[in-house]
Amino acid sequence: MTAELVLVADALVRATPLIIAGLAVAWAFRGGVFNIGAEGQLLVGAVAATAVTLLAGNSLGRLTLIPALAAGIIAGAAWAWIAAELKRRFHVLEIISTIMLNFIAIHLVSFLVRGPLQEPTHIYPQTLTFTSSARLPVIIPGTRLHLGFALAIVIAVASSWIFRKTALGFRIRATGASPEAAHTAGLINVERTSMFVFLASGALAGLAGAIEVNGVTFALYENLSPGYGYTAIAVALIAGLNPVGVVFSGIFFGALETGAAALQREFAIPSSLASVVEAALIIAAITVAAIRGRHTLVQSARR
Amino acid sequence: MSETPLALNDITRRFANTVALDSVSLAIHKGKITALLGENGAGKTTLMRIAFGMLQPDSGSISVDDRTVRFTSPADAIAAGIGMVHQQFSLIPAMTVAENVALTGRGQYSLVATKQRLSEIAGKTGLRLNPDAYVAELGSADRQKLEILRTLAHRARVLILDEPTAVLTARDTVELFAQLKSFAHEGGAVVLITHKLADAIEHADEVTVLRRGRSVLTAPMGTVDEPMLIEAMLGAAPPRPTLTAASNDLSRVVASLDHANISLEVRSGEIVGVAALDNAATPILRMLSRRRKVSGSAAMLPAKVGFVPENRRDEALIEDFNLTENVALAGAGSRSGTIDWTGVNDQAEEIISRYHVVASGPSASPASLSGGNQQRFVLGRELIDDPDLIVLENPTQGLDVNAEAFVHSQLRQARDRGAGVIFYSSDLDELIAVSDRVIVVTADGVQSVIPDKNEIGQALLGTRDS
Repeated sequence: MTAELVLVADALVRATPLIIAGLAVAWAFRGGVFNIGAEGQLLVGAVAATAVTLLAGNSLGRLTLIPALAAGIIAGAAWAWIAAELKRRFHVLEIISTIMLNFIAIHLVSFLVRGPLQEPTHIYPQTLTFTSSARLPVIIPGTRLHLGFALAIVIAVASSWIFRKTALGFRIRATGASPEAAHTAGLINVERTSMFVFLASGALAGLAGAIEVNGVTFALYENLSPGYGYTAIAVALIAGLNPVGVVFSGIFFGALETGAAALQREFAIPSSLASVVEAALIIAAITVAAIRGRHTLVQSARR
Repeated sequence: MSETPLALNDITRRFANTVALDSVSLAIHKGKITALLGENGAGKTTLMRIAFGMLQPDSGSISVDDRTVRFTSPADAIAAGIGMVHQQFSLIPAMTVAENVALTGRGQYSLVATKQRLSEIAGKTGLRLNPDAYVAELGSADRQKLEILRTLAHRARVLILDEPTAVLTARDTVELFAQLKSFAHEGGAVVLITHKLADAIEHADEVTVLRRGRSVLTAPMGTVDEPMLIEAMLGAAPPRPTLTAASNDLSRVVASLDHANISLEVRSGEIVGVAALDNAATPILRMLSRRRKVSGSAAMLPAKVGFVPENRRDEALIEDFNLTENVALAGAGSRSGTIDWTGVNDQAEEIISRYHVVASGPSASPASLSGGNQQRFVLGRELIDDPDLIVLENPTQGLDVNAEAFVHSQLRQARDRGAGVIFYSSDLDELIAVSDRVIVVTADGVQSVIPDKNEIGQALLGTRDS
């Protein structure tokens, strides 16, 4: 096994949560829901998957993965549901509530790994390490690349198909583009569509967290996510909210982050340089989006 | 100083595809209160925004004291002695009266000087407010007073008020007009934008009526009476041939609605015209078209309803979508599974050719279409599957003559094939010309009226409009 292949595989491993969380953001933004809470949803997904995996122990063998990932999906959706319900009932802006829920999720993880879920010796702030049967299978032997990456590709292609071909995807796009027209011209239940988008977005982010613990870390601990949920926003925006594009921008960011670690090791170039590049890209992406937005503003002002 | 502190000459202003003002002229005279009357959307506010420098005219000129000027911003207008009080107030609640007055001034802030100026104005016009009171504590009448004070503090000679009595009680209204009169008496000029006939008749010295962007009447108030103003506001019907008695026979009821104090039926083969002021008919039309829940009332509505909303840009079309996608939008709420895009594309092409939409093709953006073509497209989309009921809100607003005639012919065709058509229009001429019968919707309910402009006007504006 060549070292290059291992490095490429590492980049793809790093890209996996970025792609799935990036899809979560793309779903939300396409549907007009500004879910900034992928980070929190990802973390509670990781918590739920960890709890189920530890609870199952060796009893289910490989099958443990199914309830573990399902638990991640449900937990992520439930976390997003809180923001959705706050918006539906009290018109709380989801931009605020989802960010706040991120902090709650971060501290929930801290609490759990020092409390109920801490490993039995109570020395390290983390859970027990998962047994090998509860780990996602590796798809390229000799590397760390696990099934989660393939799953990410499948979800991206499926999302793209849903948006382009299905009535559901069209309703989501219409609601995101113009809730008034969606309601008046399309007789679309905008409230229900928004709720669905919230839940779908949260579910995807939760799945990203579950895949991360069952595919990479094999345990829950603090700082499990180096801000995947936030980077995911940039991943989605740079891809223009196109699900297939998210795969490429996710791989790009994954490569950037793993490459930076290698640069630091080999050439003593600070890995924080990657963060600088990332941040510059995010600013560029937001600027492009703003110019586009202003463009449409100018158009509407002319009307 | 001239007798005409502000004059607007041949002002034309377009918004993309609609003509908001069509060479409108208006002269404001010193010492007079001029009422600018017109229905919603007639162009009153647009005209005054041009006078206040918020909008630029496409053609025409503004003169102050008989000298032609150019206002590039409200600051220019304020410097020329023009003040405007908008419908939405622009005050800072956390600041005091004096601070709010000083806020829009220039140079150094001096509380003493501001207070002095305020008491000066109070002496002249009777407009008096405690300069140290916080705006948050003021009621809406006092807030309006403050808005006026603020313009006068900047030495406005022409005061433009946009629907000033909308937020006032009857007593406050009387007080407001007393103050406006003393301001005029002191040599100022007032422009009163309103659609309340009673206010205008009682208090204005001169009147100009706008209808659909055109000035249709300018006269001293003493020389006109209420029926003349109603006619000018809502449209004078030229003599028309008697209506083709459409279907007073036993045609079936396609839709009926019993809601609160409203009860109405639409039958197949008839066009019902709805006259109403200030979107009073919107709830009914939205319920008939299934766009609003019919709560606690009995309704019989057909499964297929075509609906053309007044605001087609925001409500009928999605500009980020192409025409094909906008065709798919109709009925998107009840569709399931996958979308047959080839079929929808064919349908879009059919709409484009059958309804003579000038567009580059089904993949064109609706934003690239003119207003008339957008409306042809929307109408076509709503009509193409032969709905039993068609509901329309001001379907010809902002359209040119050809597009208007096209819309009318389509409505007649739909009626003739047996659909029920109900449409609201702010133009009485149109209602009378197109409808088989006319109903008037007011806060008191629905009443049937013979299609005659005076009857309709009376029912709309008569005694009910305070």
